[in-house]
Amino acid sequence: MAKILFIEDEAALQKTLGGRLKEKGFEVTAALDGETALNIIKSTKIDLILLDLILPRKSGFEILRELKENAETKDIPVIILTNLENMKDIEQAMEMGATTYLVKTNYSLDEVVEKIKATLEK
Amino acid sequence: MKSKGFLKELNIFYQCKQYDVPLFECPQFLFMAMGAVIILTTVASYLIGARYIVDLELVVLIVVVVTSILLVLAFIIMKSFERLAEANRMKTEFVSIVSHQLRAPLSNLRWGLDALITGKEGVTDTQADYLEILKENTARMTKMISDLLTVSRIDQNSLNLAEEEVSVEDLVNQVLNENKFYAEATNIKIELNIEKNIPPVSADPIQLRLAIENLFNNSIKYIKEKGVISISLLKKGNNVLFEIKDSGVGIPEIDQKHIFKKFFRSKNALRQETQGTGLGLFICKSIIEKTNGKIGFTSQENEGSVFWFTLPLKTGQK
Repeated sequence: MAKILFIEDEAALQKTLGGRLKEKGFEVTAALDGETALNIIKSTKIDLILLDLILPRKSGFEILRELKENAETKDIPVIILTNLENMKDIEQAMEMGATTYLVKTNYSLDEVVEKIKATLEK
Repeated sequence: MKSKGFLKELNIFYQCKQYDVPLFECPQFLFMAMGAVIILTTVASYLIGARYIVDLELVVLIVVVVTSILLVLAFIIMKSFERLAEANRMKTEFVSIVSHQLRAPLSNLRWGLDALITGKEGVTDTQADYLEILKENTARMTKMISDLLTVSRIDQNSLNLAEEEVSVEDLVNQVLNENKFYAEATNIKIELNIEKNIPPVSADPIQLRLAIENLFNNSIKYIKEKGVISISLLKKGNNVLFEIKDSGVGIPEIDQKHIFKKFFRSKNALRQETQGTGLGLFICKSIIEKTNGKIGFTSQENEGSVFWFTLPLKTGQK
Protein backbone atom coordinates (compact mmCIF):
# COMPACT_ATOMS: atom_id res chain seq x y z
CA MET A 1 0.00 0.00 0.00
CA ALA A 2 1.51 3.29 -1.12
CA LYS A 3 2.10 5.95 1.50
CA ILE A 4 1.15 9.48 0.53
CA LEU A 5 2.09 12.63 2.40
CA PHE A 6 -0.52 15.32 1.74
CA ILE A 7 0.88 18.79 2.52
CA GLU A 8 -2.12 21.14 2.49
CA ASP A 9 -3.25 23.75 4.98
CA GLU A 10 -6.94 23.58 4.06
CA ALA A 11 -8.54 21.06 6.37
CA ALA A 12 -11.50 20.70 4.00
CA LEU A 13 -9.27 19.47 1.19
CA GLN A 14 -7.52 17.10 3.57
CA LYS A 15 -10.95 15.67 4.25
CA THR A 16 -12.21 15.39 0.66
CA LEU A 17 -9.09 14.34 -1.25
CA GLY A 18 -7.46 12.65 1.73
CA GLY A 19 -10.70 10.76 2.37
CA ARG A 20 -11.03 9.69 -1.25
CA LEU A 21 -7.43 8.47 -1.33
CA LYS A 22 -8.01 6.41 1.81
CA GLU A 23 -11.12 4.91 0.21
CA LYS A 24 -8.97 3.92 -2.76
CA GLY A 25 -6.60 2.09 -0.46
CA PHE A 26 -3.79 4.57 0.00
CA GLU A 27 -2.26 5.35 3.34
CA VAL A 28 -2.50 9.11 3.75
CA THR A 29 -0.61 11.25 6.23
CA ALA A 30 -1.74 14.84 6.53
CA ALA A 31 0.57 17.78 7.16
CA LEU A 32 -0.88 21.26 7.53
CA ASP A 33 2.45 23.06 7.16
CA GLY A 34 5.97 22.59 5.87
CA GLU A 35 7.80 22.02 9.17
CA THR A 36 5.43 19.24 10.16
CA ALA A 37 5.79 17.72 6.71
CA LEU A 38 9.60 17.69 6.81
CA ASN A 39 9.52 16.11 10.28
CA ILE A 40 7.18 13.37 9.10
CA ILE A 41 9.45 12.60 6.15
CA LYS A 42 12.41 12.21 8.48
CA SER A 43 10.68 9.49 10.48
CA THR A 44 8.42 7.77 7.92
CA LYS A 45 9.02 6.24 4.52
CA ILE A 46 6.88 8.12 1.99
CA ASP A 47 6.15 6.99 -1.59
CA LEU A 48 4.60 10.17 -2.95
CA ILE A 49 4.12 13.76 -1.83
CA LEU A 50 1.18 16.00 -2.66
CA LEU A 51 2.30 19.57 -2.16
CA ASP A 52 0.34 22.82 -2.05
CA LEU A 53 2.33 25.94 -2.93
CA ILE A 54 0.77 28.54 -0.68
CA LEU A 55 1.35 27.36 2.86
CA PRO A 56 1.84 29.09 6.21
CA ARG A 57 5.44 29.92 7.26
CA LYS A 58 7.27 27.81 4.72
CA SER A 59 6.10 28.03 1.11
CA GLY A 60 5.65 25.01 -1.12
CA PHE A 61 8.64 26.08 -3.21
CA GLU A 62 10.89 26.13 -0.13
CA ILE A 63 9.68 22.68 0.88
CA LEU A 64 10.27 21.40 -2.65
CA ARG A 65 13.80 22.80 -2.63
CA GLU A 66 14.60 21.20 0.71
CA LEU A 67 13.19 17.88 -0.46
CA LYS A 68 15.24 17.92 -3.64
CA GLU A 69 18.44 19.00 -1.88
CA ASN A 70 18.29 16.12 0.56
CA ALA A 71 19.73 12.87 -0.85
CA GLU A 72 17.22 10.78 1.11
CA THR A 73 14.13 12.55 -0.16
CA LYS A 74 15.13 13.74 -3.61
CA ASP A 75 13.72 10.69 -5.41
CA ILE A 76 10.25 10.84 -3.88
CA PRO A 77 7.86 12.02 -6.63
CA VAL A 78 6.19 15.33 -5.79
CA ILE A 79 2.85 16.32 -7.29
CA ILE A 80 2.13 20.03 -6.96
CA LEU A 81 -1.52 20.64 -6.13
CA THR A 82 -2.28 24.33 -6.13
CA ASN A 83 -4.53 27.15 -7.24
CA LEU A 84 -1.70 29.09 -8.87
CA GLU A 85 -1.70 28.80 -12.62
CA ASN A 86 1.01 31.19 -13.79
CA MET A 87 3.39 29.86 -16.40
CA LYS A 88 6.18 31.23 -14.19
CA ASP A 89 5.15 29.11 -11.18
CA ILE A 90 4.63 26.02 -13.30
CA GLU A 91 8.03 26.36 -14.95
CA GLN A 92 9.75 27.04 -11.64
CA ALA A 93 8.18 24.02 -9.95
CA MET A 94 9.03 21.70 -12.84
CA GLU A 95 12.60 23.00 -13.00
CA MET A 96 12.96 22.38 -9.29
CA GLY A 97 12.05 18.75 -9.82
CA ALA A 98 8.30 18.40 -9.34
CA THR A 99 6.86 15.40 -11.19
CA THR A 100 3.47 16.85 -12.08
CA TYR A 101 1.72 20.18 -11.65
CA LEU A 102 -2.03 20.17 -11.11
CA VAL A 103 -4.35 23.15 -10.70
CA LYS A 104 -6.96 22.08 -8.17
CA THR A 105 -10.04 23.58 -9.79
CA ASN A 106 -9.24 21.92 -13.11
CA TYR A 107 -9.46 18.35 -11.82
CA SER A 108 -12.11 16.24 -10.16
CA LEU A 109 -11.26 14.07 -7.17
CA ASP A 110 -11.09 10.93 -9.27
CA GLU A 111 -8.91 12.62 -11.88
CA VAL A 112 -6.43 13.55 -9.15
CA VAL A 113 -6.48 9.96 -7.89
CA GLU A 114 -5.76 8.75 -11.44
CA LYS A 115 -2.81 11.16 -11.74
CA ILE A 116 -1.43 9.88 -8.45
CA LYS A 117 -1.78 6.26 -9.59
CA ALA A 118 -0.07 7.06 -12.89
CA THR A 119 2.81 8.78 -11.09
CA LEU A 120 3.29 5.85 -8.71
CA GLU A 121 3.36 3.38 -11.60
CA LYS A 122 6.14 5.25 -13.41
CA MET B 1 -22.63 58.18 -37.55
CA LYS B 2 -18.92 58.75 -38.13
CA SER B 3 -19.04 62.53 -37.63
CA LYS B 4 -20.92 61.98 -34.40
CA GLY B 5 -18.09 59.75 -33.17
CA PHE B 6 -15.56 62.39 -34.20
CA LEU B 7 -17.42 65.09 -32.29
CA LYS B 8 -17.47 62.81 -29.27
CA GLU B 9 -13.70 62.49 -29.54
CA LEU B 10 -13.41 66.28 -29.55
CA ASN B 11 -15.66 66.73 -26.53
CA ILE B 12 -13.00 66.65 -23.83
CA PHE B 13 -15.50 66.98 -21.02
CA TYR B 14 -17.15 63.75 -22.13
CA GLN B 15 -13.76 62.05 -22.49
CA CYS B 16 -12.59 63.17 -19.07
CA LYS B 17 -15.83 62.04 -17.46
CA GLN B 18 -15.12 58.54 -18.75
CA TYR B 19 -11.78 58.46 -16.93
CA ASP B 20 -13.50 59.58 -13.77
CA VAL B 21 -10.74 62.05 -12.85
CA PRO B 22 -10.90 65.80 -12.12
CA LEU B 23 -10.44 68.11 -15.11
CA PHE B 24 -6.93 69.18 -14.06
CA GLU B 25 -5.77 65.59 -14.00
CA CYS B 26 -7.31 64.66 -17.33
CA PRO B 27 -4.75 64.31 -20.17
CA GLN B 28 -7.19 65.42 -22.88
CA PHE B 29 -8.03 68.62 -21.05
CA LEU B 30 -4.38 69.33 -20.26
CA PHE B 31 -3.39 68.82 -23.88
CA MET B 32 -6.05 71.26 -24.99
CA ALA B 33 -4.83 73.74 -22.38
CA MET B 34 -1.27 73.31 -23.58
CA GLY B 35 -2.33 73.87 -27.17
CA ALA B 36 -4.15 77.05 -26.16
CA VAL B 37 -1.12 78.32 -24.24
CA ILE B 38 1.15 77.65 -27.23
CA ILE B 39 -1.14 79.47 -29.66
CA LEU B 40 -1.73 82.43 -27.33
CA THR B 41 1.92 82.89 -26.48
CA THR B 42 3.06 82.55 -30.07
CA VAL B 43 0.64 85.28 -31.11
CA ALA B 44 1.59 87.40 -28.09
CA SER B 45 5.32 86.94 -28.73
CA TYR B 46 4.81 87.94 -32.33
CA LEU B 47 2.88 91.05 -31.40
CA ILE B 48 5.27 92.09 -28.65
CA GLY B 49 8.28 91.16 -30.76
CA ALA B 50 6.95 93.23 -33.69
CA ARG B 51 6.37 96.24 -31.50
CA TYR B 52 9.58 96.11 -29.41
CA ILE B 53 11.89 94.61 -31.99
CA VAL B 54 14.70 96.81 -30.70
CA ASP B 55 14.39 95.33 -27.22
CA LEU B 56 15.86 91.89 -27.89
CA GLU B 57 16.13 91.02 -24.19
CA LEU B 58 12.38 91.33 -23.76
CA VAL B 59 11.75 88.88 -26.61
CA VAL B 60 14.22 86.41 -25.12
CA LEU B 61 12.59 86.80 -21.72
CA ILE B 62 9.17 86.05 -23.21
CA VAL B 63 10.48 82.92 -24.91
CA VAL B 64 12.03 81.73 -21.62
CA VAL B 65 8.83 82.31 -19.66
CA VAL B 66 6.70 80.56 -22.28
CA THR B 67 9.05 77.60 -22.45
CA SER B 68 8.91 77.20 -18.65
CA ILE B 69 5.12 77.30 -18.67
CA LEU B 70 5.07 74.64 -21.36
CA LEU B 71 7.53 72.51 -19.40
CA VAL B 72 5.38 72.69 -16.27
CA LEU B 73 2.27 71.79 -18.28
CA ALA B 74 4.04 68.88 -19.95
CA PHE B 75 5.12 67.64 -16.53
CA ILE B 76 1.55 67.78 -15.21
CA ILE B 77 0.32 65.90 -18.28
CA MET B 78 2.92 63.22 -17.78
CA LYS B 79 1.91 62.88 -14.13
CA SER B 80 -1.74 62.50 -15.03
CA PHE B 81 -0.87 59.79 -17.54
CA GLU B 82 1.12 58.05 -14.84
CA ARG B 83 -1.88 58.16 -12.54
CA LEU B 84 -4.13 56.63 -15.20
CA ALA B 85 -1.57 53.93 -15.97
CA GLU B 86 -1.26 53.18 -12.26
CA ALA B 87 -5.05 52.90 -11.92
CA ASN B 88 -5.07 50.48 -14.84
CA ARG B 89 -2.28 48.41 -13.35
CA MET B 90 -4.09 48.25 -10.01
CA LYS B 91 -7.28 47.11 -11.70
CA THR B 92 -5.47 44.28 -13.46
CA GLU B 93 -3.70 43.29 -10.26
CA PHE B 94 -6.97 43.41 -8.38
CA VAL B 95 -8.61 41.03 -10.85
CA SER B 96 -5.66 38.70 -10.58
CA ILE B 97 -5.63 38.63 -6.76
CA VAL B 98 -9.38 38.28 -6.44
CA SER B 99 -9.47 35.47 -8.98
CA HIS B 100 -6.74 33.53 -7.23
CA GLN B 101 -8.41 33.98 -3.88
CA LEU B 102 -11.76 32.83 -5.26
CA ARG B 103 -10.23 29.65 -6.56
CA ALA B 104 -9.44 28.31 -3.11
CA PRO B 105 -13.07 28.09 -1.91
CA LEU B 106 -14.07 26.85 -5.36
CA SER B 107 -11.73 23.90 -5.19
CA ASN B 108 -13.18 23.11 -1.77
CA LEU B 109 -16.66 23.24 -3.26
CA ARG B 110 -15.75 21.14 -6.26
CA TRP B 111 -14.07 18.39 -4.32
CA GLY B 112 -16.68 18.45 -1.57
CA LEU B 113 -19.42 17.93 -4.16
CA ASP B 114 -17.33 15.27 -5.88
CA ALA B 115 -16.97 13.44 -2.59
CA LEU B 116 -20.77 13.48 -2.16
CA ILE B 117 -21.69 12.60 -5.72
CA THR B 118 -19.18 9.83 -6.34
CA GLY B 119 -18.65 8.82 -2.72
CA LYS B 120 -19.68 5.73 -0.87
CA GLU B 121 -22.17 7.50 1.39
CA GLY B 122 -24.88 7.38 -1.24
CA VAL B 123 -27.55 10.03 -1.84
CA THR B 124 -31.17 9.89 -2.95
CA ASP B 125 -32.04 10.69 -6.57
CA THR B 126 -33.43 14.11 -5.67
CA GLN B 127 -30.34 14.92 -3.69
CA ALA B 128 -28.21 13.76 -6.60
CA ASP B 129 -30.10 16.14 -8.92
CA TYR B 130 -29.45 19.08 -6.63
CA LEU B 131 -25.83 18.11 -6.24
CA GLU B 132 -25.46 18.05 -10.03
CA ILE B 133 -26.92 21.56 -10.21
CA LEU B 134 -24.40 22.72 -7.61
CA LYS B 135 -21.61 21.01 -9.50
CA GLU B 136 -22.55 22.62 -12.81
CA ASN B 137 -22.68 26.03 -11.22
CA THR B 138 -19.35 25.52 -9.52
CA ALA B 139 -17.93 24.61 -12.92
CA ARG B 140 -19.44 27.76 -14.41
CA MET B 141 -17.92 29.92 -11.73
CA THR B 142 -14.57 28.20 -12.20
CA LYS B 143 -14.72 28.91 -15.92
CA MET B 144 -15.53 32.56 -15.31
CA ILE B 145 -12.63 32.98 -12.92
CA SER B 146 -10.33 31.18 -15.29
CA ASP B 147 -11.44 33.57 -18.07
CA LEU B 148 -10.85 36.58 -15.84
CA LEU B 149 -7.37 35.30 -15.00
CA THR B 150 -6.58 34.76 -18.67
CA VAL B 151 -7.74 38.30 -19.42
CA SER B 152 -5.64 39.76 -16.61
CA ARG B 153 -2.66 37.87 -18.03
CA ILE B 154 -3.37 39.23 -21.49
CA ASP B 155 -3.57 42.74 -19.99
CA GLN B 156 -0.32 42.28 -18.11
CA ASN B 157 1.28 40.89 -21.22
CA SER B 158 2.12 37.73 -19.34
CA LEU B 159 0.01 35.17 -21.19
CA ASN B 160 2.80 32.79 -22.08
CA LEU B 161 1.85 30.19 -24.62
CA ALA B 162 3.59 26.85 -24.98
CA GLU B 163 4.88 25.97 -28.44
CA GLU B 164 4.02 22.42 -29.31
CA GLU B 165 3.26 20.55 -32.47
CA VAL B 166 -0.51 20.46 -32.50
CA SER B 167 -3.05 18.89 -34.83
CA VAL B 168 -5.96 21.32 -35.14
CA GLU B 169 -8.12 18.44 -36.35
CA ASP B 170 -7.54 16.57 -33.08
CA LEU B 171 -8.46 19.63 -31.06
CA VAL B 172 -11.63 20.18 -33.09
CA ASN B 173 -12.63 16.58 -32.55
CA GLN B 174 -11.94 16.79 -28.82
CA VAL B 175 -14.03 19.92 -28.51
CA LEU B 176 -16.85 18.35 -30.52
CA ASN B 177 -16.85 15.15 -28.52
CA GLU B 178 -17.01 16.95 -25.22
CA ASN B 179 -19.53 19.60 -26.17
CA LYS B 180 -21.77 18.12 -28.82
CA PHE B 181 -24.33 16.91 -26.32
CA TYR B 182 -25.22 20.56 -25.71
CA ALA B 183 -25.90 20.86 -29.42
CA GLU B 184 -27.90 17.64 -29.53
CA ALA B 185 -29.88 18.69 -26.46
CA THR B 186 -30.96 21.87 -28.23
CA ASN B 187 -31.79 20.34 -31.63
CA ILE B 188 -28.75 21.68 -33.42
CA LYS B 189 -27.32 19.77 -36.34
CA ILE B 190 -23.58 19.75 -36.80
CA GLU B 191 -22.04 19.43 -40.26
CA LEU B 192 -18.36 18.65 -40.53
CA ASN B 193 -16.00 19.16 -43.41
CA ILE B 194 -12.46 18.29 -42.40
CA GLU B 195 -9.75 17.96 -45.02
CA LYS B 196 -7.54 14.91 -44.60
CA ASN B 197 -3.86 15.06 -43.66
CA ILE B 198 -3.51 18.68 -42.70
CA PRO B 199 -0.02 19.24 -41.28
CA PRO B 200 0.27 20.33 -37.63
CA VAL B 201 0.66 23.88 -36.36
CA SER B 202 2.90 25.22 -33.62
CA ALA B 203 0.64 26.25 -30.76
CA ASP B 204 -0.33 25.88 -27.12
CA PRO B 205 -2.79 22.94 -27.24
CA ILE B 206 -4.69 23.95 -24.10
CA GLN B 207 -5.17 27.57 -25.14
CA LEU B 208 -5.93 26.80 -28.78
CA ARG B 209 -8.50 24.28 -27.64
CA LEU B 210 -10.02 26.95 -25.45
CA ALA B 211 -10.28 29.27 -28.47
CA ILE B 212 -12.02 26.58 -30.56
CA GLU B 213 -14.29 25.70 -27.67
CA ASN B 214 -15.29 29.35 -27.18
CA LEU B 215 -16.20 29.68 -30.88
CA PHE B 216 -18.14 26.42 -30.84
CA ASN B 217 -20.04 27.27 -27.67
CA ASN B 218 -20.90 30.72 -29.02
CA SER B 219 -22.39 29.12 -32.13
CA ILE B 220 -24.58 26.87 -30.01
CA LYS B 221 -25.53 29.61 -27.58
CA TYR B 222 -26.75 32.05 -30.15
CA ILE B 223 -28.90 29.72 -32.23
CA LYS B 224 -32.57 30.19 -31.44
CA GLU B 225 -34.30 26.84 -31.02
CA LYS B 226 -33.01 24.56 -33.77
CA GLY B 227 -30.42 25.24 -36.40
CA VAL B 228 -27.25 24.13 -38.14
CA ILE B 229 -23.59 24.59 -37.37
CA SER B 230 -21.09 23.85 -40.14
CA ILE B 231 -17.48 23.44 -39.21
CA SER B 232 -14.79 23.23 -41.84
CA LEU B 233 -11.06 22.77 -41.55
CA LEU B 234 -9.04 23.26 -44.69
CA LYS B 235 -5.48 23.71 -45.79
CA LYS B 236 -5.07 27.03 -47.51
CA GLY B 237 -1.58 27.73 -48.80
CA ASN B 238 0.71 27.59 -45.81
CA ASN B 239 -2.14 28.01 -43.37
CA VAL B 240 -4.88 26.00 -41.85
CA LEU B 241 -8.28 27.66 -42.06
CA PHE B 242 -10.88 26.88 -39.40
CA GLU B 243 -14.38 28.09 -40.10
CA ILE B 244 -17.53 27.77 -38.07
CA LYS B 245 -20.83 28.88 -39.53
CA ASP B 246 -24.05 29.03 -37.57
CA SER B 247 -27.64 29.88 -38.30
CA GLY B 248 -27.89 31.93 -35.13
CA VAL B 249 -29.06 35.41 -34.21
CA GLY B 250 -26.10 37.09 -35.91
CA ILE B 251 -24.41 40.28 -34.86
CA PRO B 252 -26.04 43.65 -35.65
CA GLU B 253 -23.84 45.78 -37.88
CA ILE B 254 -23.52 48.50 -35.25
CA ASP B 255 -21.99 46.02 -32.78
CA GLN B 256 -19.65 44.31 -35.21
CA LYS B 257 -16.62 46.51 -34.69
CA HIS B 258 -16.76 45.96 -30.93
CA ILE B 259 -17.25 42.21 -30.99
CA PHE B 260 -13.67 41.30 -30.03
CA LYS B 261 -13.52 43.90 -27.27
CA LYS B 262 -13.21 42.88 -23.67
CA PHE B 263 -16.55 42.62 -21.76
CA PHE B 264 -18.51 43.61 -24.88
CA ARG B 265 -21.79 41.84 -25.45
CA SER B 266 -24.03 42.59 -28.37
CA LYS B 267 -27.57 43.71 -27.53
CA ASN B 268 -29.23 40.84 -29.36
CA ALA B 269 -26.78 38.43 -27.74
CA LEU B 270 -28.02 39.63 -24.38
CA ARG B 271 -31.59 39.00 -25.45
CA GLN B 272 -30.81 35.50 -26.63
CA GLU B 273 -28.53 34.41 -23.83
CA THR B 274 -28.31 36.31 -20.60
CA GLN B 275 -25.30 34.39 -19.33
CA GLY B 276 -21.88 35.35 -20.55
CA THR B 277 -19.08 37.68 -19.58
CA GLY B 278 -18.13 39.09 -22.96
CA LEU B 279 -14.65 37.68 -22.57
CA GLY B 280 -14.74 34.63 -24.87
CA LEU B 281 -14.01 36.34 -28.18
CA PHE B 282 -11.48 38.71 -26.63
CA ILE B 283 -9.60 35.66 -25.34
CA CYS B 284 -9.95 33.88 -28.71
CA LYS B 285 -8.46 36.83 -30.56
CA SER B 286 -5.54 37.16 -28.15
CA ILE B 287 -4.73 33.44 -28.34
CA ILE B 288 -4.95 33.23 -32.14
CA GLU B 289 -2.91 36.38 -32.67
CA LYS B 290 -0.28 35.29 -30.17
CA THR B 291 -0.02 32.06 -32.15
CA ASN B 292 0.77 34.16 -35.25
CA GLY B 293 -2.68 33.61 -36.70
CA LYS B 294 -5.54 35.77 -37.87
CA ILE B 295 -9.16 35.76 -36.74
CA GLY B 296 -12.26 37.35 -38.20
CA PHE B 297 -15.94 36.95 -38.93
CA THR B 298 -18.80 37.91 -41.15
CA SER B 299 -22.29 38.18 -39.81
CA GLN B 300 -25.81 39.12 -40.72
CA GLU B 301 -28.35 39.89 -38.07
CA ASN B 302 -31.04 37.20 -37.77
CA GLU B 303 -29.28 34.98 -40.31
CA GLY B 304 -26.12 33.85 -38.62
CA SER B 305 -22.40 34.32 -38.31
CA VAL B 306 -19.24 32.80 -39.70
CA PHE B 307 -16.20 32.96 -37.48
CA TRP B 308 -12.84 31.89 -38.87
CA PHE B 309 -9.20 31.79 -37.96
CA THR B 310 -6.04 30.84 -39.81
CA LEU B 311 -2.81 29.55 -38.32
CA PRO B 312 0.50 29.03 -40.11
CA LEU B 313 1.30 25.36 -40.73
CA LYS B 314 4.54 24.06 -39.30
CA THR B 315 5.74 22.92 -42.72
CA GLY B 316 5.07 26.39 -44.05
CA GLN B 317 7.60 27.92 -41.69
CA LYS B 318 11.14 28.44 -42.73
